[in-house]
Amino acid sequence: MNGTGALVRLVLRRDRLIIPLWVVVIAVLPITQTSAIAELYTGEQELRRFAESFGANPALQSLYGPITHWNAAAMGTWRAGFTPVILALASLLTVIRHTRVEEETGRRELLGSAVLGRHAGLTAALVVTAGANLAAGVILALSFVSQGHPVAGALALGSGYAALGLVFAAVAAVAAQLTEGAGGARGFALSALGLAFLLRMAGDSTGTAWLSWLSPIAWGQRMRPFAGEVWWPLVLSCAVTVLLTAVAYVLADRRDVAGGLLPPRLGPAGAAAGLTSAFALAWRLHRGTLAAWCVGVGLFGAVTGAATKAATDTMAGNSQLMAIMVALGGTTDMSDVFLAGLVGIFGIGVAGYAVQAALRVRAEEVAQRGEPLLATAVSRVGWAASHLVFALLGPAVTLVVLGVCVGVAYGATVGDLFGHVPRLVGATLAQLPAVWTLAALAIALFGLAPRLVGVSWAALAVFLLFGQVGAVLDLPQPLLDLSPFSHLPKLPGGEVSALPLVVLTAVAAALTAAGLYGFRRRDVG
Amino acid sequence: MISVSGLTKTFGRTRALDGLDLAVQPGEVHGFLGPNGAGKSTTIRVLLGLLRADAGEVRLLGGDPWKDAVELHRRLAYVPGDVTLWPALSGGEVIDLLGRLRGGLNRTRKNDLIERFALDPRKKGRAYSKGNRQKVALVAALASDVELLLLDEPTSGLDPLMEAVFTECVAEARGQGRTILLSSHILAEVEKLCDRVSIVRDGRTVETGTLAELRHLTRTSISAELAAPPGDMDGVHNLRVDGTRVSFEVDGDRLDEALRHLLARGVLSLTSRPPTLEELFMRHYRSTPDHDGYGESREEPVR
Repeated sequence: MNGTGALVRLVLRRDRLIIPLWVVVIAVLPITQTSAIAELYTGEQELRRFAESFGANPALQSLYGPITHWNAAAMGTWRAGFTPVILALASLLTVIRHTRVEEETGRRELLGSAVLGRHAGLTAALVVTAGANLAAGVILALSFVSQGHPVAGALALGSGYAALGLVFAAVAAVAAQLTEGAGGARGFALSALGLAFLLRMAGDSTGTAWLSWLSPIAWGQRMRPFAGEVWWPLVLSCAVTVLLTAVAYVLADRRDVAGGLLPPRLGPAGAAAGLTSAFALAWRLHRGTLAAWCVGVGLFGAVTGAATKAATDTMAGNSQLMAIMVALGGTTDMSDVFLAGLVGIFGIGVAGYAVQAALRVRAEEVAQRGEPLLATAVSRVGWAASHLVFALLGPAVTLVVLGVCVGVAYGATVGDLFGHVPRLVGATLAQLPAVWTLAALAIALFGLAPRLVGVSWAALAVFLLFGQVGAVLDLPQPLLDLSPFSHLPKLPGGEVSALPLVVLTAVAAALTAAGLYGFRRRDVG
Repeated sequence: MISVSGLTKTFGRTRALDGLDLAVQPGEVHGFLGPNGAGKSTTIRVLLGLLRADAGEVRLLGGDPWKDAVELHRRLAYVPGDVTLWPALSGGEVIDLLGRLRGGLNRTRKNDLIERFALDPRKKGRAYSKGNRQKVALVAALASDVELLLLDEPTSGLDPLMEAVFTECVAEARGQGRTILLSSHILAEVEKLCDRVSIVRDGRTVETGTLAELRHLTRTSISAELAAPPGDMDGVHNLRVDGTRVSFEVDGDRLDEALRHLLARGVLSLTSRPPTLEELFMRHYRSTPDHDGYGESREEPVR
């Protein structure tokens, strides 16, 4: 344990931006959901109707869990039901980032030669992650108390969130002992989280309570914040955290630094016949992420598509909400308004994938893996393009998958299985010009100002914010118009005009060309 | 093969290369010597067209490394000083991929090299140690049928056994008529392998020539046991006298005079040692304040 304090400071120094960011964003999501519901559904009757119709929908139950009470705080907490999963995800990634990644890169060895206990790295990662989870829990509880919600419920909610984060921090601590590669450790921990989610999903959608109880994600919900709090599941979370942490320390004692308990998997002794070009290499590097996005977007698309009818039926009974929606969407067909909003949110998400794929080329360059390739007969443009294909066409594939999944799932609930698929694929593909614009911004920065590529993430975050709160905050229209997403047609149901789509595509093409031109002329490395 | 003159490259306010000259003849193994930060890697990266020269003439294999990069790269192979591999690709996959991207690789030689370097090609990139990553890049380069090898500190991370294998491989490559530019800060390696040497300091070439030519420029170490104390000696360096034992270093053009002085006292035993590249190297770095460490070792007694 010697040197843990110094390592804690190092971890905090390295993550001084990212940890506060996820802590605050995750902690304020439930109260924003609650406030939004409290504003839209006034009075007991509307809230009850809302709770009943949503509570009866198996798709939403499986996504968020069961509704415990019709009051606004309980409904908002339920509506933010996926947020604790994100907290668990952030926690496990943080732990692995400061344990196994450090060992894999050899930085751990450098520090280990200084005066440092053998458990200092693991302890520091767990201390910081636990601190972040507690901070998230406290902020969460305070946010509800400050809005006048019951203190007991706020405490139950905050502690439930923090406890889930702690469980998965401990899961990651165990996973980090198993494999030599950080990728493998991440895979183990993510599989555990995925399994926990599936168990809760299966349990809640089929009403099989014991299945849900197997999942740590359900434990926080079973504490019933704002719905007659139950405290003992907290003991369960804490016990599992302590147990897993102990297992991690025991395992850490039984292995070498940088070694794993499981033998590393071997690859082929030679390359497959197809691995002959920069593009073939890029396919190897991008295919996993692309597949994961397709599966993720497809699943969420299917779940929300299946929930659309129930959601819009409820909204139809809410005159106030109806008026807002009509004003926003310009159409009176509630399901189209709902689907258009859904497609818009997914569009921003897919833009995140596009930016990540575009910046993969910069990540390769910084890791000095571009240099050996560019020293062969691969041209600069050829190398960059091999990655950019995924930034530009990957989103198209993902959006088609989304359109098909939403279309089929929605179609199934309204008794027309394939009838809505073309409309929805059209709607999702209409997002593409805006997605391309962001990817192209990343490409332009890569070519012209490689140190500033992070600006493309900032732009994405700002545009996301514009879309979510722009209208609420009354931001001036010229400012909102900066976002490419503000120029997209509201599909399905809205009017399509080709001009904005053509202009955005042209902007994306120009930015891409500028980026490639810049990359041909600048120093590599 | 390679001709560089007056090459200048700045990064922001740092001047990495400051009028560097380098000439590599076909078929030779050319040592490119200098401490870390002298500009060796920067020069090689300019030769690869990865960096753009600010000023100066650079020709590589008869072409312009910046404009004709793709064509020229079919004819050369490069081993970076710090090899990073794709975590999920096995070493064997990387070797094949790099070879194919260069336009083909000699299968027999590849298998032979893998065996000699005792490399497990099935391990994933993330599982290799630094030395093994270096071997992957070396096998990929040496198994390619190319005219020119650009090796940037290729033995960093290799153990002495593997260094010996590397030495053999370089000798074989020379036997096959290939040209090699070998950057290094390890003098013994360069002395063993290279026909000609260029020494760089602070982005400038300070010496260039064959090892024999460079030795002319430097001093011979003499130690002797005499019949009588040597008395005063002029024109020698690091003179140490212990009764009738004497040791000193002397410049090439003063050697004759110094030996006469010793003979006049009566010589019982005498050893003379030709200058090592190391000593040459130290002399060049001694004069810069940044390299105090090098200068001090010069003051050690010569035995």
